[in-house]
Amino acid sequence: MSDTAPFRPPVPGSQPEYDVKIYGSTALRAPSQPLIRIAQSITERTGPHFSPARYPSNIDISKVASGEAQGQRIIVEGHVRDEDGRPVPHTMIELWQANSCGRYHHEGDQHDAPLDQHFQGSGRVFTDENGKYRYTSIKPGAYPWRNHHNAWRPNHIHYSLFGPGFATRLITQMYFEGDPLLKYDPIYNSLPDPAAAARLIAGFDINLTEPEWALGYRFDVTLRGRGATPFEDAHEEH
Amino acid sequence: MPIATASQTIGPYWHLLRDDTWSDLTRFGATGDVITLQGRITDGAGNLITDACVEIWQSSPPVSDVFDGFGRAASNAEGLFSFKTLRPEPVPGASGPMGNTRQAPHIALTILARGVTKALWTRIYFQGDAGHDEDPVLSLIPPARRNTLIAHQTKPGVWHLDIALQGASETVFFEI
Ligand SMILES: [Fe+2]
Repeated sequence: MSDTAPFRPPVPGSQPEYDVKIYGSTALRAPSQPLIRIAQSITERTGPHFSPARYPSNIDISKVASGEAQGQRIIVEGHVRDEDGRPVPHTMIELWQANSCGRYHHEGDQHDAPLDQHFQGSGRVFTDENGKYRYTSIKPGAYPWRNHHNAWRPNHIHYSLFGPGFATRLITQMYFEGDPLLKYDPIYNSLPDPAAAARLIAGFDINLTEPEWALGYRFDVTLRGRGATPFEDAHEEH
Repeated sequence: MPIATASQTIGPYWHLLRDDTWSDLTRFGATGDVITLQGRITDGAGNLITDACVEIWQSSPPVSDVFDGFGRAASNAEGLFSFKTLRPEPVPGASGPMGNTRQAPHIALTILARGVTKALWTRIYFQGDAGHDEDPVLSLIPPARRNTLIAHQTKPGVWHLDIALQGASETVFFEI
């Protein structure tokens, strides 16, 4: 398959709708007109490429030059692959998160929880030739928001990925296994298929956990694959 | 078969990634027809959207050591975003029944924001360019809504396009 073939459409139910009733902020920000489906051209099939030489990586968010952040140190490792299971090598991942108390290092965050002068809350990693990535951080705290009465976001780390084309651009959030807040969270539950939501949960991994150092979590990401699915292939003329 | 990971909103705190130099696509030394591309973003009630992450990607001019083709800008307190970049040239169209051989100059633009569950995809075209009538993407859009994708020049080199996420003047968004 050509490396400029179009990317597959999303599997039904695997992506959120724009208008999500339980997530109040979507009410005035979701398009009311139907989307117009366009064929992917060079503009959608190709995309930017980032190199660590120009976009330096920052693989340890758990400390800054002046000291170490408060909180539970974690190692997160995983693979970025496409829908055919092929690794997505040398792609940039941007990360950002709240500190261990559930406060962002952001002027807009007025949650009454302490800031941590040793925690900036953003990182940047690149996958290796096998699509593997890894970084060190601290476990983010839960934080309140005003979507509904007593609304709390579950612990999560925000992810930004690019992949091989602009059509593979992905912004998502990684959650943590066993978080009791997941079932109440409108963003996590914005997905039509509960299995799609469950794939956003990082699993605790004792083999990634390092003695006397940090807990390990595994989180794999799948980006859109190129070309027709095998099912569609069977109906295509060659 | 693995299924692509779900999108989640970029939320209100994405500015932890923010680097305003990224809005200047000429910062690595690209030269050519330099333009400013700006616009104001509003929601369905006409409120300014002041927390959006706006990204652009252009397949022309081609990527080079001095031109990434990609930019990111934050919308400001007035709902305005602004990029400095190079004016694109026409590029080939998609093959197949929905495409033709040539697309008018355009730049892909996405809006990511709190309350936006997955990227909102649109394009910017340039008023007065040749090829709009034959452009395979513009041709799919009802004529009354085509102008939501066409930037106009407010002064030499400065192109403006407002973006409405919802409402009477709603921007045309794509399913890619
Ligand atoms: Fe968050």
